[in-house]
Amino acid sequence: MADSPYRFESVAAVRDSLRKVDYLSDDGIAGIVYLADRLGKPVLVEGPAGTGKTQLAKSVAEMTGARLIRLQCYEGLDESKALFEWNYKKQLLRIQAERSDGKTWEAVEDDIFSEDFLLTRPLLEAISAEEPVVLLIDEVDRVEVETEALLLEILSDYQVSIPELGTITAKQIPLVFLTSNNTRELSEALKRRCLFLHVDYPELDREREIVLTKVPDITEALADQVARIVRSIRQLELKKSPSVSETLDWARTLVLLGIESVDVETAKSTINILLKYQSDIAKAVRELDQENGTITKAAAGA
Amino acid sequence: MSDALAPEAAAGQAITELLAGFIQELRQAGLPVSLTENLDAMEAVKHIPLEDREAFKYALAATLVKNNAHWRAFETVFEVYFSLRGSRYRIADVDEDELAQLLEQLEQQEQDGAAPQVGGAGENLTPEEIAEMLFRALQRGDDALMRAVARQAVRRFAGMEPGRPVGGTYYLYRTLRNLDLDGVLQKLMDQARQSSPEPLTPLEERLEQDEYEHRIDQLKKEIEAEIRRALVADRGVEAMAKTLRKPLPEDVDFMHASREEMASLRKAIYPLTRKLAVRLARKRRHGRKGPLDFRSTVRHSLSYGGVPAEPKFKYPRPSKPEIFVIADISGSVAAFARFTLHLVYAISNQFSKVRSFVFIDGIDEVTRLFEGVEDIADAVHRVNTEADVVWVDGHSDYGHAFEVFWNQWGKEIGPKTTVLVLGDARNNYHASQSWVMKEIRKRARHLYWLNPEPKSYWDTGDSIVGEYAAHCDGVYECRNLRQLERFVDLLA
Repeated sequence: MADSPYRFESVAAVRDSLRKVDYLSDDGIAGIVYLADRLGKPVLVEGPAGTGKTQLAKSVAEMTGARLIRLQCYEGLDESKALFEWNYKKQLLRIQAERSDGKTWEAVEDDIFSEDFLLTRPLLEAISAEEPVVLLIDEVDRVEVETEALLLEILSDYQVSIPELGTITAKQIPLVFLTSNNTRELSEALKRRCLFLHVDYPELDREREIVLTKVPDITEALADQVARIVRSIRQLELKKSPSVSETLDWARTLVLLGIESVDVETAKSTINILLKYQSDIAKAVRELDQENGTITKAAAGA
Repeated sequence: MSDALAPEAAAGQAITELLAGFIQELRQAGLPVSLTENLDAMEAVKHIPLEDREAFKYALAATLVKNNAHWRAFETVFEVYFSLRGSRYRIADVDEDELAQLLEQLEQQEQDGAAPQVGGAGENLTPEEIAEMLFRALQRGDDALMRAVARQAVRRFAGMEPGRPVGGTYYLYRTLRNLDLDGVLQKLMDQARQSSPEPLTPLEERLEQDEYEHRIDQLKKEIEAEIRRALVADRGVEAMAKTLRKPLPEDVDFMHASREEMASLRKAIYPLTRKLAVRLARKRRHGRKGPLDFRSTVRHSLSYGGVPAEPKFKYPRPSKPEIFVIADISGSVAAFARFTLHLVYAISNQFSKVRSFVFIDGIDEVTRLFEGVEDIADAVHRVNTEADVVWVDGHSDYGHAFEVFWNQWGKEIGPKTTVLVLGDARNNYHASQSWVMKEIRKRARHLYWLNPEPKSYWDTGDSIVGEYAAHCDGVYECRNLRQLERFVDLLA
């Protein structure tokens, strides 16, 4: 198959090209991006904040050279913000202008409900695009359950129905990513239409690699140390575990401060970059200190 | 069946049947799998090389599992169902060769004279040699070696007998006891301390230890998987799937949760509270529409040439309820009380005031323990240790507790107050004093009773929930997170 209709050859190919745009995936992530292309299905990405859900969509767009169209969801998002809207003001102007010309109402009506007066919003834009696009519907859990229904037509059939104009069908099937922070259960109807991908905090090795790729000038030893400390902190019961982006911020800070190796004091004084709740910080500092205690005890016993 | 994963046999019938059986198994485990998802899975596996077990697993997971909390259950079913299919995972009898080879390679790399020489292929290894290999495997974090050791250890130590009706945990326990992992960890740490040129700083030491603990955890998982495989080989897929079937986190019974299940419940409760809080806040804001906001409507009409085409409304500000929680914290229902308190406090900003009381046969107010505390789990823990709840003998006495409650705090219940009573109403044959409930209901807005026992047990033995129920606005069975969540939703 010389010109296959698919974007990717194999899971490994996806993985490699993602790596080329500095996104380190694992088997699960690459596999599902591959499947999304093959099956022509949207991907619902879920997981804790700051684990690279949005970045995945951006990287896929970059890797395939497609345009990224983003719909940021929020409470109160409606059809007119997500799909399309008639440009009422322009329509009003046209009606007023044509009234003086003495045209019949039918002619005016045909005129004002044409594509000239249609404001395309992200979803419609993604559908009607000629060039390849990646559609990112960000934080879909923020919209109300009723608004979710808006998405269903587009997600399953890649089409949008506009009462006055008819149905607009996609010229090419875009890759669609939906992200969710899981603040509420999404409806079954939505989930059923998507492939599901849970992105969790990365394993030690992957996190170290991420730090190495994303933070210039960091030494391998420091990156390793950073990744290990973050893993230890994530094992505590915290309100909010440090995310990957916070790990990166911390690593950058350490590099800027010219620190080559982290000790307890440095860790304690910079931990506010990793953790954002006072109680979490207190807990982590206590843990680091306490560690001191147990070790000295063990040493004394030995 | 085992050649079902071979590429040539993949097409058509075999794989369809295999998947159908697998989905059946998932549904048995309580996972909701719809018909469309089933079809998607069939479609997905067509695009995945079937020899690649990991990819196969992710493809199935992506199409069939749409909730992360169900992942564990999926994984278990997957492991059992496909454990004997696929070459690497077949129980091979020749893998001692492979093991010896691995070890030899290792020795060549290391050139360490102190290591004991391993006998020829196929010979049984002595326990000392296994211990030595275990140590090496952990020290280097070598996956292949670790898997080999796990396999070897199970074979040697678990003492598995075909047909013996013992659960996997028993074999796991026997294997782990023989391996003495704590001792190994100690040894690893000693080794790390010695091999480092300068003394390890506490932080380094800590990190080193975390690393080894992580590897040991992996080894344990490996051993578990190995035991499971052996059991499947012995008893067959269906029987094993049944014994391994565990309730999903939201269905775990509070009163009979194992320690492990408790941990997963505790983890599940935080996201749950967050979800509830968001949902309740939304409901409050969108439930009703407020009066017309004249100013805003006029302002927006400007863009329509003065036509008020878009009426704007004010946000309503409904009053928030006040909550009194009265919880039995005697042994059997303590876990349930803990979760409910946790949940109620986590969403306390949805209420104008939350006050909590705990009792066994005496009663004590514990509101102060939650004041200004950031960590609710911590406060809940303090309730159990600091509250003064024993009056005579520390056996539940609802009657006395209610009476004291009424005398001390009864007057503070007002028309805005919702009272929640948590307990199984097992009163040890004391007087019920149910008139207190009647009085509370007269004063309060609502009075609800949550009972962590299954409905069929109510009013049996010394349970007198029926007597109290007569005076409540509602009595709810509340045995797991799902039911608890549903109730709290109704409350606010």
